[in-house]
Amino acid sequence: MTTATFFTKWPAARGFAFVAVLLPFVVLSPLALLSGYGLDVITEIMIFAIVAVSLNLILGYGGMVSFGHAAFFGLGAYATVLISTRYDVSPWLGLAGGVATATVAAVVIGAFCVRLGGVGFFMMSLAFAQLLNSGAIKWRPLTGGSDGVGGLLRPDLFGFDLADADVMYLFTAACLAGALLFMRMVIASPFGHVLVGTRESSLRMQAIGYQTRHIRLAAFALSGAIAGLSGGVYAFYNGFVSPDALSFGTSGMILLMVILGGKGSLLGPVLGAGLFLSVKNVVSTHTSHWLLIVGCIFVACVMVCPEGILGFAKKLSRSGERR
Amino acid sequence: MLRLENVSKAFGSLVVSNAVTLDVTPGQRHTIIGPNGAGKTTLINQIGGQLSPDRGKIFLHGREITRLSAPLRAQAGLARTFQKNTLFQALSVFENVRLGAQAAHGRTYDMFRSWRNDTRVLGLAEQAIEQMNLGRIAAQPVGKLSYGDLRQVEVAVALATSPTVLLLDEPTSGLSPSETARMIDVLHALPREISILMIEHDMEVVFSIADHITVLYYGEVIASGAPRAVADDPRVQEVYLGAPQ
Repeated sequence: MTTATFFTKWPAARGFAFVAVLLPFVVLSPLALLSGYGLDVITEIMIFAIVAVSLNLILGYGGMVSFGHAAFFGLGAYATVLISTRYDVSPWLGLAGGVATATVAAVVIGAFCVRLGGVGFFMMSLAFAQLLNSGAIKWRPLTGGSDGVGGLLRPDLFGFDLADADVMYLFTAACLAGALLFMRMVIASPFGHVLVGTRESSLRMQAIGYQTRHIRLAAFALSGAIAGLSGGVYAFYNGFVSPDALSFGTSGMILLMVILGGKGSLLGPVLGAGLFLSVKNVVSTHTSHWLLIVGCIFVACVMVCPEGILGFAKKLSRSGERR
Repeated sequence: MLRLENVSKAFGSLVVSNAVTLDVTPGQRHTIIGPNGAGKTTLINQIGGQLSPDRGKIFLHGREITRLSAPLRAQAGLARTFQKNTLFQALSVFENVRLGAQAAHGRTYDMFRSWRNDTRVLGLAEQAIEQMNLGRIAAQPVGKLSYGDLRQVEVAVALATSPTVLLLDEPTSGLSPSETARMIDVLHALPREISILMIEHDMEVVFSIADHITVLYYGEVIASGAPRAVADDPRVQEVYLGAPQ
């Protein structure tokens, strides 16, 4: 078997070789080419890519349209900052606490949401996120109200100081890579298939013996945990968190990233996060009406490629192959 | 195997099941017939757990399942097909059937291994595909299948769960004569370890498969017994052919 036939026979192997060759360049080139602001932007994109990937698990694979995913992102961020600063412990413990808090919250909130489908799920997830948002604004002694809380100093990792933008960038890249590898494993697992089954037909899943609510709740909790991780890394990145992290706007942004990039594909949300934040960063230096531009892109996207940019690209390449 | 005792259900003032009592014995091919609106599908929904009866009791293997949820009934060995298409549209025939096998024999919450590693589940899925002669379309997405093929996939998904009692809701409705003949062959070939309770309109199918017939009329059992006896029952003839002049 020649190399060429090997790769046509095993498209997965082709993909793997592609990634193995390109990945070091992709990860290292921003370090070489960018500094300061540019690197910070990419780091932020990767942080939001993680939370978009987490939403994609329940939205793209589980068919649950959550309009409150900022709840878990924000809780992860708040818990990381508060645990690290109030109890004077290592921020790593704070990060672990952030993930744990988001996971527990996802189990509790999920228990209410997964009973409902469609619009009910959407509204319930939004309601919980708004509740947490108001809580963060009103509970001043704990959260600092609308001013937020800060004072988190980035810790060391194996002797490397995360306060260095290069180190922070590499740490975030590792978190994103970890989240993607984990997601890839889950999607190809029996559980991943069961989750897709609940998206396609709950009625049928129950009739063949699956307890669909439990399955949806497990996916929701997993998604909340990863969103919490993203929030914790965001707290490291900013050193500060405000009720904005729990807001309606943040939830909408995460949702847009997933839909723009392509729900139900592994890398779609990463692409969506990159596109959204690039447009935001570039356009907002010229006009404060940057959301207008994002809105236009979104409308165009929904009309031209409802499966998202990655879905559209896949469709193009498939029709290309057929010719 | 499966027993219904005085199962009753009403939607408002419309009585859809009126004190239905029936018994499916081991290995039986039990067919429910009745004119449109007799409450056949509603009855199957109550047995499957998609609806719950207002009164009466349902037993599976001697255990009462009246208040059990649909998934728990399925885990207890009850499988069903649907008349309307509720299959997993975006998934292939094989994946549909595999999810059925995994429900009964797989690890639902395993996130750490590929589904390809579960050879037992794969084997059971392949077996169900073979039983239904679906090998030629196994890789096709269900959303693109013809209606006739969908009816076969329905049965394959149910079989993959290794049921002891199989509920079939009009397995041949909408099939061409040749497809119907194929379905009859397939149902004949099923092992007797599986008891079948089936709703059917096509009398040719009924008489070629059933060894017991129950006639439902406005939610009520008006006759039940061996096919010949039921066919000769004056009440049944009246319902089907109109009152003798």
